[in-house]
Amino acid sequence: MAKIYSKKPSVVNKMEPKKETISFLLNYSKALSVIKVKGKTFEIIAN
Amino acid sequence: MADIQHSDALLVKKYVDGDENALTVLINRHQSKIFGFIYSKISDRDISDDIFQDTFIKVIRTLKSKSYNEEGKFLPWVMRIAHNLIIDHYRKNKKMPMFRETEEFSIFSIMSDDSLTIENKIIQNQVEIDLRKLIEELPADQKEVLVMRMYQDMSFKEISEITGVSINTALGRMRYALMNMRKVIDKHQIILTN
Repeated sequence: MAKIYSKKPSVVNKMEPKKETISFLLNYSKALSVIKVKGKTFEIIAN
Repeated sequence: MADIQHSDALLVKKYVDGDENALTVLINRHQSKIFGFIYSKISDRDISDDIFQDTFIKVIRTLKSKSYNEEGKFLPWVMRIAHNLIIDHYRKNKKMPMFRETEEFSIFSIMSDDSLTIENKIIQNQVEIDLRKLIEELPADQKEVLVMRMYQDMSFKEISEITGVSINTALGRMRYALMNMRKVIDKHQIILTN
């Protein structure tokens, strides 16, 4: 019997990073400020 | 398709202008694709998570420093960052020394367990008991300084403040305490080794 290669798997595992990773990134973004002074770039992380 | 790209570009612009929610939307929109791409190359969830995180740290830093100039190509740009980090990961791992157990080479020749054996633990306990007895025999002023220094990990400055003597006196007492203990050890030929 011929295989139907176009058949989609019944369970599709959606790959996603951990929620903590996303939360860390969003918090990191909120805390980070980048300032450019006289051609130099300074990164400031607010706690 | 063009709509999505346009939306990405708009979100990037909003984020660069200070709208933090725009980043949330961008991450939510693309996390599955980016993470899936990383996982397809790495096959380890934790390492994939680390690379995903490092990828977005680069994205955030680039966007915040306003050095991003590929409007409309957000996803391919992020994928390229992820791809480079995956290559870095494999390069780093390649540099790690790898040892295989063979007949001539035993892996245990370079691996050792530093913790004490039961016998050595018993010996160490006995040495500590003997040492305590010797300390008890010292004159009170010398014993006080030695205990503070060796067992309470205090500095000579702290010892001098607490005991009300000068630092030099405290140092002298410590010296005499050690000398007296050595004398007793020599006299009774006590072996204090493990």
